[in-house]
Amino acid sequence: MLRYTIRRLLQLLVVVLVLSLLLFAWLRSLPGGPVSALLGERATAETRERLTEELGLNEPIFVQYLKFVGRALTGDFGVSTGVQPGDSAAEIFVQRFPATLELSILAIVIALAVGIPLGYLAARRRGGILDNLSVVSSLIGVAVPVFFLAFLLKQVFAVDLGWFPTAGRQAGGIDATRVTGFFVLDGLLTQEWDAAWDALRHLILPAIALASIPFSVVFRITRASVLDVVDEDYVRTAESKGLTSPVIRRRHVMRNAMLPVVTTIGLQTGALLAGAVLTEKVFAFPGIGQALALGFERRDYPVLLLLILCAAGVFVLINLLVDLSYAVIDPRIRTRGVR
Amino acid sequence: MSTRTDKIDELSARAADDAGVSLAAAAWRRLRRNPVFLAGAGIIVLFVVLAAAAPWLAPHDPSVPMLGDQVVKARNQIPAVQDGHPLGGDQNGRDLLSRLLLGSQQTLLVGVFATLIGLGGGLLLGTLAGALGGWVDTVVMRAVDVMLSIPGLLLAVSIGALFAQPNQYTVILAVAIVQIPIFARLLRGTMLAQRHSDHVLAARSLGVKQRAIVFRHMLPNSLGPVIVQATLVLAIAIIEAAALSFLGLGNPDDRIPEWGQMLGQAQTVIDSHPQLAFWPAGCIIVVALGFTLVGESLREALDPKSRR
Repeated sequence: MLRYTIRRLLQLLVVVLVLSLLLFAWLRSLPGGPVSALLGERATAETRERLTEELGLNEPIFVQYLKFVGRALTGDFGVSTGVQPGDSAAEIFVQRFPATLELSILAIVIALAVGIPLGYLAARRRGGILDNLSVVSSLIGVAVPVFFLAFLLKQVFAVDLGWFPTAGRQAGGIDATRVTGFFVLDGLLTQEWDAAWDALRHLILPAIALASIPFSVVFRITRASVLDVVDEDYVRTAESKGLTSPVIRRRHVMRNAMLPVVTTIGLQTGALLAGAVLTEKVFAFPGIGQALALGFERRDYPVLLLLILCAAGVFVLINLLVDLSYAVIDPRIRTRGVR
Repeated sequence: MSTRTDKIDELSARAADDAGVSLAAAAWRRLRRNPVFLAGAGIIVLFVVLAAAAPWLAPHDPSVPMLGDQVVKARNQIPAVQDGHPLGGDQNGRDLLSRLLLGSQQTLLVGVFATLIGLGGGLLLGTLAGALGGWVDTVVMRAVDVMLSIPGLLLAVSIGALFAQPNQYTVILAVAIVQIPIFARLLRGTMLAQRHSDHVLAARSLGVKQRAIVFRHMLPNSLGPVIVQATLVLAIAIIEAAALSFLGLGNPDDRIPEWGQMLGQAQTVIDSHPQLAFWPAGCIIVVALGFTLVGESLREALDPKSRR
């Protein structure tokens, strides 16, 4: 187990290194470049040259890369040139990461809280109205562009009905104490209930829009694997032993049916991050996604490099955790030893 | 009658149905009776016909701002629904209905070409890795892993951003490249599973050449899941192309309309003129739903487990 974990962590390191090199070369070849983005089109050749030199963009690319790695090891990922000019890329990441994490966690919680029970019910009443309705809605969920759903939710529930705020993470008038950077958690920790409530209200619409991606998948996988499991002999055995149906559901059906769902959650991390780019843009939510969208618009290399690397790292790491969690859920893997 | 005997009846009926026919023929039989498949196929056929007939169906030229005099940018005024223009005009005074109709052509082309390029690339890499194994497999799959470690849309956006002047081809390319590792991994998996299977072993012991084994025996047997994936990718490609437009990396040349581009451009006026977003979004949703329905029912029909 330990050896397996270490090997996977080393693999993660290799992926991140290779990716950083590729991204570095890649981002440098993007048209435009930070010099034009910072100075605009009308700057003189002289000022351009000076800024190019200042940013170190005149050196050979591999020298630039080695310098970057050297600085990165000390936690210095460069200074933002476009998203929040002057702030360090690492600072932007630290500021914004909790926002996206908070949003993604709420989205996953919504997807699981709705998707798993609905998947179970649909499977138990296969072919019924609930089953057909929820299957159709999950298929439509896949087909709706997430940014359009976000627009729709914003227009109806924030603009027309006014139930929720239209943008941001926290209303301007609220002076909240920051502890962790997770606004809802901060409000709860400092017992500033109105701040926590306000932050939660800002999260709800973007989270629902974002949840549409994992929801369809969670629902369909739950339904399919419950259908698989309820036909198994051990479920019939449990029934004939006279176990009550809640016990059968909990110990025999759901425990076995959850394995594929857990895998899916891991695989959905990537889709969630991509969805966050779109959702955060619609709700002007100051997270990683919005920074990425802005970063591409303004060619902010240091920020893009760090954020994409982190996105990839998080994605790979979560899938490692998912693989490891199998051992907890499925005792067969534990005793067989890990491949 | 109890549910159990029902099931036995059903199983024996199925078995008689499937006796002596190939997997593809059996799958087709099940599909023909599947309402989900029929609904999806109906949607696709409808839109393909609309796209083909669009030049004749469209009441006006989609690139001519014939209602331009009714556009007042300062007051955010856009041509309303009127005689001869059943859906009104867009933000540049062009007929919305004609743009939607002609847009179906470009949208379907983006979906089809992105899928074909992704499929072709994935087919090549996946076949190489799965058939040859060894170091080729290791190199290809590590490259695929690195590509898969970047979330799809981010990769598409990175590729899209590579081009100074985005156009319809860069959009197709950006969406397509993201699909290559997915197809490659899928194909390699199914090929690998077959390498030690009985029919490949039989072919090998009969002295069939490696190349013939790969192309005549392994590849045809791997195509089922690939076709399913390709159908689903058609939907994904259309949606991702729209997302690229939304992020400002789409095709800026809007003389030839495309739904994703129309939706992306509508975001600036969506508060006052939601219809400019609703129509293209509705079309995208329906077409994507069509491909998804067909893909899902194909998956079910080709999965031997679901033959129960």
